[in-house]
Parts: sequence; structure tokens; C-alpha cells
Amino acid sequence: MSLTSDDVEKVALLARLMLSPDELESMTAEMQQIVGYVDQLAEVDTTGIEPMAHAVELRNVTKDDNVAPSLPRGEALANAPKHNEEGYLVPAVLGD
Amino acid sequence: MSLIELSAAEQSRKLAAGEISSVELVQAYLDRIEKYDGSVGAFLRYDTGRAIAAAKEIDKRRAAGETLGPLAGIPVAVKDILAERGQRTSCASKMLEEFHAPYDATVIARLKATDAVLIGRTNMDEFAMGGSTENSAFQTTQNPWNLKCSPGGSSGGAAAAVAADFAPLSIGTDTGGSIRQPAGFCGIVGFKPTYGRVSRFGLVAFASSLDQVGPLARSVEDIALLYSVIAGHDPQDSTSLDKPIEFATPIDKPLEGLKIGVVAEHFAEGLDSEVESAVREAFATYESLGAKLVEVSLPHSKYAVATYYVIAPCEASSNLARYDGVHYGYRSDQAKLAAELAAERAALEEAGERGAAEDLDTPLVRMYRKSRSEAFGPEVKRRIMLGTYALSAGYYDAYYLKALQVRRLIRQDYDKAFAEVDVIAGPVTPTPPFELGSLVDDPLAMYLVDLYTVSANLTGIPALSLPCGASKSGLPIGLQLQAKPLAEETLLRAGHMYQSATDWHTRRPPL
Repeated sequence: MSLTSDDVEKVALLARLMLSPDELESMTAEMQQIVGYVDQLAEVDTTGIEPMAHAVELRNVTKDDNVAPSLPRGEALANAPKHNEEGYLVPAVLGD
Repeated sequence: MSLIELSAAEQSRKLAAGEISSVELVQAYLDRIEKYDGSVGAFLRYDTGRAIAAAKEIDKRRAAGETLGPLAGIPVAVKDILAERGQRTSCASKMLEEFHAPYDATVIARLKATDAVLIGRTNMDEFAMGGSTENSAFQTTQNPWNLKCSPGGSSGGAAAAVAADFAPLSIGTDTGGSIRQPAGFCGIVGFKPTYGRVSRFGLVAFASSLDQVGPLARSVEDIALLYSVIAGHDPQDSTSLDKPIEFATPIDKPLEGLKIGVVAEHFAEGLDSEVESAVREAFATYESLGAKLVEVSLPHSKYAVATYYVIAPCEASSNLARYDGVHYGYRSDQAKLAAELAAERAALEEAGERGAAEDLDTPLVRMYRKSRSEAFGPEVKRRIMLGTYALSAGYYDAYYLKALQVRRLIRQDYDKAFAEVDVIAGPVTPTPPFELGSLVDDPLAMYLVDLYTVSANLTGIPALSLPCGASKSGLPIGLQLQAKPLAEETLLRAGHMYQSATDWHTRRPPL
């Protein structure tokens, strides 16, 4: 299947990226090439094969629900590009 | 023999015996860094004062008769992807350029607890995505054997640091070969333990089901020393294995009746002839040591790169969604964003395109998009895009699910092979180190370099890369050994056997 630049633009929105016209062009070509390469997986017969999501078969790991100190708020906020004493600051979520 | 020519194990013995001080040792490495890292570029950051102060403190505690850890006073370089409290942890990305970790990764905490001297933070491909260290947002790293060549990646700085004698030991991470390939390119040893052996707590995530932390060093003996410090169960990582890591037998004891699997598919088209002959010579060395070569088949190995480049980008696109310009990391200039959006809206409205104007990004979404686009480099964007595409509605079954099924077939091939043999031996990479710049414009060609390394990550098995030869132009060639899950001891003993009979690991680049 072939990927169009429209498809790539939609994926960019989903990925919360924004591509310049030049980037869109090269990204489309590169993705076409790479997706074309991975398309070879289609030739493998995987009937009845259980997907393997993880290298070790996972079981649920639980721990006792003990109260322990967590990262102090000041330290948790320290790396934020914009914050006040209480929380993260972001542009308006609804409208302008 | 100068201090830096000693193995870390030997340095540790001399330090314990009081024959040398940590200050002397650390200073010897710092002198090399000062002299040569300008041309190698292995470190993103190092702090001479801090390293010497740490060494002094250890010498003082030793003089006071304190019992110290096995790495006490020995310099260790760390890839800039493991959180170290109060220190910058940039992942070689503009996104995290100013990020200071609020806690220690478990691996860092273990190194500190064993009194190692953390000498500096090494360069890497941005977020560990790449195989040449050219994707670093800050600098390129040169291969100490030939400054025109890549040291490999993504742990290129960690490998170059050991090869150039900037530190006897370093810590890297391996998601698809990122320890073993640069170790191979730099003529040193690199070790990816079984998935879950080393805690990922505090490791900045790239592809969580594949990422594993591991050691780089000159000798298998030093690898075992560092591995035994960083490995072990960690309740803070739910995928950490709760299994003993102690070796039942010392790794310098040769394996009797060792059966080595030789994979027919490894020697197919695309393998450089110099790499092939070096690897075959290593097989002959093993035979002369009493090992038996057994032909095995990994029929699905030809799909490993395709499988990997679906799964790894899928996991990456999900993991890297956290970089939103809100909690930490880079944020695009907000006033500029607002002005841009307003101008776009005005233009659309003036053109009478009311619908398009309504569909414009909200200020928040535009902030996410601009922040991420301005701070991520091209390879990171490419992988996020590939992963988002493969996970999007309509493609999930054809790509992600399919890749997970092929992943199991690859694992089944290995299980069958390991029923016959103790280790599988073969090349680390299809070619010797390539020149810097030669593959940057061809992402698929760069991915294909990972042909022999990605399977160990997909299947979770341990794998070791050892120097086993040199090309005519003097560049290192690596041998890869793989073993079944949890068989680290077998792997390290097999590696040590080889190094006892050869001297490739003792050669040093002509800096």
C-alpha cells in the first residue's frame, strides 16, 4: 500500500508533531520506503501464533499498599517549563 | 605498565592493597580525557572537580579502614540516559537539554553504593534511537580507531570512552544492539544481559519491552565485575527478574564440551568478507579450545529487522508521548505560538474558509505540536511517526499484531537452537565501522546494520560482543555470542575462554 502526504499529515497530528513542507516531503518518502520494507512480514504464516508482547512472559506483580514519601511537589515541578507553586501552567485548554 | 592499562579488576585489587590511590587513578583517566576527548567527543559532560572530590573521599574512607564496595574508587562513565539525582540527564536531546533528574536510577544508586566514581556522562543517539551516535542533538562522537568513522550507536560515547581509555568501565543501554554494535565498532566488549536482569527504574524509556542496561569494558572479566554490581531484582521495576545472579562457577573456568551453534542464515548475502573471515577464525579458535561447532538454523531471522522496526517505533511513539512541553522538557515560545495561530485564523477567515478556521489546532494542541517538533531530531520524529502509523486504526493488526506474532516465531527458532547448543556465535554487524555521514541520508540502510543484534532484544536473551579481528584498514571487528535466557554465566565463561586464547581485546587505538 502507498502512503500519501495527506496520510502522513494526519499521522503527524495524531503524533502531536508538525512537519514543515520539506519535512513532510522527506518523511513521506522515508515512511513509504520503511513501511514497504516491513510489509514483508505479510508473507510469514502466523496462523494460530500467540502474539508475544514482551520478552519475559509477565505476570501481575503486586506490592503491599504502604504509605511512603513521594517526590516533593517543588521537586516534581522544578523541571516544568512553566509552573507556579502549585501546578503546571498550560495554554487555555478550551477556546482562546 | 601505566595505571590505565590495567583491568578494572586489577585496579580494584591494587586499590584494596593500598598500592595505588583512587585520586591517582581518576586523575590518570581525566588527563586522557582532557588530552583526547576534544577529538573523540565521547562525553557530553564531565566534572573534573567532582570526580577528584569523590576519589579523595573514597581514599579517605579506605585509609580509615572502612569496608568499601567492589568498584570503590574506580571510574565509570555512564550513558546520558540514566537518571542521576541533581544531574542533567539529556538523552542527547534538545527536549531534555535542561532536565535535572530528581532521583537516582537503580543502576546509578547501585554504582554509588559500591563506591564507584561517576566520571562523566556519555554521548548517544537522541533517546537511544540510532546506530551511529550521529543523532545526538549536541555533538558527534568519533571512533577512536579512525576519527572519520562512527563509533556505532546508540551507546557510541560509552564505547568510545572505554576504547580511548577515558574510563575502564562504562554503562550503556541496548534496545536493538546499542551496546553490542558500538562495542564491536570500538574493539571492546559489550554485554546485553537477559531482559529483566538489570533494573530499568530511572532509565529513560525508548521501547520498554526491549530496553536493557548493560556494561562495556575491555575484558569479559571486567564485564562480569560491573554486571554483578548492576544486576539483580528491583521492586521498583515490575519487569525486573527475581532470580539469583550469583555465578555458580567462576567465569575464568573454561566450559567443557562447549557446543557452539553456527547459524547458516548469518552467512548470507550482505555480510562483508573481512567480517566473515574474522568470525570464522574465531570459530576455529573455539574448536582449538575443544568446543564443538554445530550448524543451527534460525529461519525467521531474516524478518528480525522488519519485526523490530515495527515493535520498537510503536513502543517509542507511546513512551515519547510524555514529552508534551508541560511536565518537563522543552516548550515552544508561547507568545509566538499564539500570534501564529491568530494570523492563520485571520488568513483563513479572510479567504472565507470558515470550516478550516474552526479546524485549527487549539492553543494547547499547537503548543504540544510545536514543542515536540522543535525539540525532537529527525530520527526521533521518524520513529514516532512510524509507530503512530502502525498503531493507528486500520493498521494495528497488519503491523503491530503481526510483528508480535513473528516475534514469537523468532523466539521459537532460538528455543529450538538452544536445545542443541550452549551458545550461538556469529557476527555483530554485517560490516566494519562505516564512515561518519555515509548512512545519515538513508534510514533504512542504517536500520539494516542491526540485522544480527535485534533478535536478542526481541527474544529477551543475553548476548555478548567481543573484539575478534581487524579489517585491512585497521578497524575493529566483533564476534557476537548469544545464549538462552538467564545463561549469563555460560556466555561470560565462553567469552572469557576466547579472550584467554586471543589478544584482540588488549589492542588499543592509536590516538
